[in-house]
Amino acid sequence: MERPTRFGQGAKALVLVLVVAAVAYPLLGVIGTSLASQTDIIHADGLVLWPHHPTLEAYRTVFTGGVVTRALLVSVGVTVIGTAGSLLVTVCMAYGLSRPEVTGSRAILMTALFTMLFNAGIIPNFLLVKNLGMYDTYASLVLPTLVSAFNLVVLRAFFMNLPGELYDAARVDGAGDLRILVRVVLPLSKAVIAVVSLFYAVTYWNAFFNALLYLGDPDKWPLPMVLRTYVLQGQGLGSAASGEAVAPQEAVQMAVLVVAVVPILLVYPFLQRFFTKGVLTGAVKG
Amino acid sequence: MAESASAPAPPAARAEHGPPSRPLPAVHRLTLRQRLRRDKVMLLLTLPGLLYFVVFHYVPLLGYVVAFQDYQPYLGYTHSAWVGLHNFSAAFAQPAFWSATRNTVEIALVQMVFYFPVPIALALLLHSVTGDRVRRFVQSVVYLPHFIGWVIIVSIFQQVLGGAGLVPKALAGMGLPRYDMTTDPHAFPWLLTLELIWKDSGWGTIIVLAALLSIDRQLFESAAMDGAGRWRRLWHVTLPGISPVIVLLLILNLGNFLSVGFEQVLLQRDAVGPDAGEVLDTYVYFHGIRDNDWGAAAAVGLVKAAVGTALVLGANKFAHRLGHEGVYRGADR
Repeated sequence: MERPTRFGQGAKALVLVLVVAAVAYPLLGVIGTSLASQTDIIHADGLVLWPHHPTLEAYRTVFTGGVVTRALLVSVGVTVIGTAGSLLVTVCMAYGLSRPEVTGSRAILMTALFTMLFNAGIIPNFLLVKNLGMYDTYASLVLPTLVSAFNLVVLRAFFMNLPGELYDAARVDGAGDLRILVRVVLPLSKAVIAVVSLFYAVTYWNAFFNALLYLGDPDKWPLPMVLRTYVLQGQGLGSAASGEAVAPQEAVQMAVLVVAVVPILLVYPFLQRFFTKGVLTGAVKG
Repeated sequence: MAESASAPAPPAARAEHGPPSRPLPAVHRLTLRQRLRRDKVMLLLTLPGLLYFVVFHYVPLLGYVVAFQDYQPYLGYTHSAWVGLHNFSAAFAQPAFWSATRNTVEIALVQMVFYFPVPIALALLLHSVTGDRVRRFVQSVVYLPHFIGWVIIVSIFQQVLGGAGLVPKALAGMGLPRYDMTTDPHAFPWLLTLELIWKDSGWGTIIVLAALLSIDRQLFESAAMDGAGRWRRLWHVTLPGISPVIVLLLILNLGNFLSVGFEQVLLQRDAVGPDAGEVLDTYVYFHGIRDNDWGAAAAVGLVKAAVGTALVLGANKFAHRLGHEGVYRGADR
């Protein structure tokens, strides 16, 4: 086929650069502003891309105890425990459903898949959580979203595609179903488990909806709720601002944002290459 | 694509991939009890997950009885008075309900028309990039925002578009009045769409890219031999090749038509006021959970859920009429 024209190439390159810039600019602006001093912010009148007088003052304000530090701990705890729990239940269920000939497994699979088509809605969910006595508990941040049918399908599809000889060989060696899961299936599934963990971890880390609905006590709020109050609604960070010579309000707000984004930026590069496969197994087999 | 995939495994592969070839002679004549006994480990493993789905997805459906009750939390489901369809008629009589419905439909339409094509266009562009490393780099950048939560994204957009952000500053620089999109009720659907494009259009390319990769290269070559130019090949080979996936995405979108991003809207509702910023989901939240008007809010939620389900089923049926596979096919699932 013919070579692309030079004009076409140039136009494509331009669009791609614009797309990348549109994603990168706001993120860089937030990071820059979080490091900026008051003069930088006044000078730039808004987001600072490159602070001339970088300072960590904003981060000191954020991390010296108080609301943000506490919310950060809650978020880390919910993310770690939630991800571990979700992964455990999802892996077990996906493995249990990975052999079509298991009696009743098809009905169980349908029960799970069907939930992708409907959502019980806000009011019934709220009443359920309340009736279970989970209102204002950390369990309400984890249990209502414990298993995602999508992730279940991704894992099940992966387990089903493992070569059957492996199962047979293990069985000849006298391994039972559980031993096969732990010794054969899991070691071969590290990549897909990494992706599913990321999906779960991101959900818990960003979870805002559950906290809004089920946590009445602000002391228990995770980071996204604090972001909403102090960044979006612009309330001052009461306790943190009590010291002298505090960092500029904008810098503190952006520092909170950075704290919320950085964990994602840290794990993202390592898992990024597995996405396509994970998403496609889910989308296609779903 | 969806068809072949939703079958558990092709028969040949199944035989070879190994049902548990336990040394049981009469495999075909096992009683239910024997089969359950054989599969008990596998079934026990599914139990916690099954329990989760039943408790958190099916049991709440029973909670919709409050749509037909004058629900009082201290009386519970069993002692609250039944009121028939009163909640529905009460909700339909409220102008606020119709305003929320109008906003929902407006936002959904704007997103359908202006968000939906973006991942497809972006995927076509990425697909046409010959440099492997450039493409991978751009991909990893555009996937990233998908993992950033709405709270963060809304905060970032307020910094860029609101008050002293990049856009108002640029406008001021050109001598125009500073325009703050984040507080303009008329711009609300556009603001939401813009944020959605920033967050998810890159992620949305994954499935379209996969469809593009699955098109047989020989089709392109023979089309080129027959004298089809670049655009003719796009029209006659590429687009038909990805149309099943596009139809699938369209149907899934239709199903969510009335659920325009609850978190996203809720976070910005106060900035533009409820007249423009209330959608059906936020209506249910504020009336039900904030104002304790349980019955009417649940009634609205129930109507919304019913309409959403009807939309998916209808769209899927329509796709079948057009000869597409749709999301599912009766016998397959």
